[in-house]
Amino acid sequence: MTALPEYYPRDLARHPAALTPGYKSSVTRGPRFAPISLRQSVGEITGPVFGHGEFGPNDHDLIRNYATSGDAVGERIIVHGRVLDENARPVPGTLVEVWQANAGGRYRHRNDTYMAPIDPNFGGCGRTMTDDAGRYAFRTIKPGAYPWRNTINDWRPAHIHLSVFGASFSQRLITQLYFEGDPLIAICPIVQTLSDPGAVDALTAKLDMDATVPMDSIAWRFDIVLRGRRASLFENRPEGN
Amino acid sequence: MNGPERLKETPSQTAGPYVHIGLAPGAAGFDIYDTELGRDIAGPEAGGTRIRVEGRVLDGTGNPVRDVLLEVWQANAAGLYAHPEGGGAVEPGFRGWGRAISDFTTGDWAFDTVKPGPSAPGTAPHITFWIVARGINTGLCTRMYFGDEPQANAADPVLNAIEWQSRRATLIAEPAGRDGQTVYRFDIRLQGALETVFFDI
Repeated sequence: MTALPEYYPRDLARHPAALTPGYKSSVTRGPRFAPISLRQSVGEITGPVFGHGEFGPNDHDLIRNYATSGDAVGERIIVHGRVLDENARPVPGTLVEVWQANAGGRYRHRNDTYMAPIDPNFGGCGRTMTDDAGRYAFRTIKPGAYPWRNTINDWRPAHIHLSVFGASFSQRLITQLYFEGDPLIAICPIVQTLSDPGAVDALTAKLDMDATVPMDSIAWRFDIVLRGRRASLFENRPEGN
Repeated sequence: MNGPERLKETPSQTAGPYVHIGLAPGAAGFDIYDTELGRDIAGPEAGGTRIRVEGRVLDGTGNPVRDVLLEVWQANAAGLYAHPEGGGAVEPGFRGWGRAISDFTTGDWAFDTVKPGPSAPGTAPHITFWIVARGINTGLCTRMYFGDEPQANAADPVLNAIEWQSRRATLIAEPAGRDGQTVYRFDIRLQGALETVFFDI
């Protein structure tokens, strides 16, 4: 097989280190040896392909996708944006999955025992595919902050977990979205695993009045950037590679 | 045209303790989607040998990680990936990608698939893993090779790029027969002298 153009090397300084003692769980779970860097082969420049037909019509609407007796409780929001690559090109047809706590800060998960109640009409997960311009959108409720066992008094800022695929397994990414203006962001040990000052801003969704639905839902804008691919300068390839 | 615009990659954050409700709700006992992704890796029409892969992820204390989620990505028995650049057409229903979560009590995980073929001459068949959990800040990438492919493994350029012979062994899953099926055991160690080799791809 001929060599295929690789993705740019991941800028590891943009991401948290494996060992971040302020986030205690990393101490026994973060690898200590340096990862071994690989030249990408076919298994790294490819990744799973999904089709629109695999999803239900309400999978991206967390207010309704688990509701039985009415809408989920909470501040109604829209989270939307684009998935781009490092070359600023849209990433179309890629799967975006989200999960989050309910408005009281409680997850629908057997291991979550926080005292805030479960909302019977809120499941807490959603999924969608980006369109041809790389756009995605979810409707949900704003998740609540909640306490967690790290030090005695640590609180997670309101956040939504996101999982994105891109076109190759080397672009695979899981991250968390925070909400502009939340004072808990700056004191969160998980946020503080990031040492690049621009990194926290990149994870902070911005209020987007233009996309707000009047008398209905507040909108937040969150763009996602996945790794970009080299151009192959010495062979003729179709536009877009 | 001026110089191309360059953006910075979105930073990673841990998948946290509740990743299952987002990525494997059905496996976690939460019925929300009609179709959960990642449960059938090979599909019914894939050729080759049906295998099972199982193991645990162990933390630095030697205890199993009981809230882990793994993704796998592999070629079919002919060495082709289900992707436009994957080398050629694969069997209908073969995705080559799947998810497994650990048992919340024991930490055991398992998945069923077909044994992949080598994707290029001189390389050994393998399955790519991606591992996320609470305490893992950026998803960990590794490869599982097959213990019953000693000649191919000895020639594989990725295994040979690992300086320490003893660390190469962390990527090799040994087979065992069970009820007429081959089961490969792949324990992943996050820390220690036997820390599994992880790759920056």
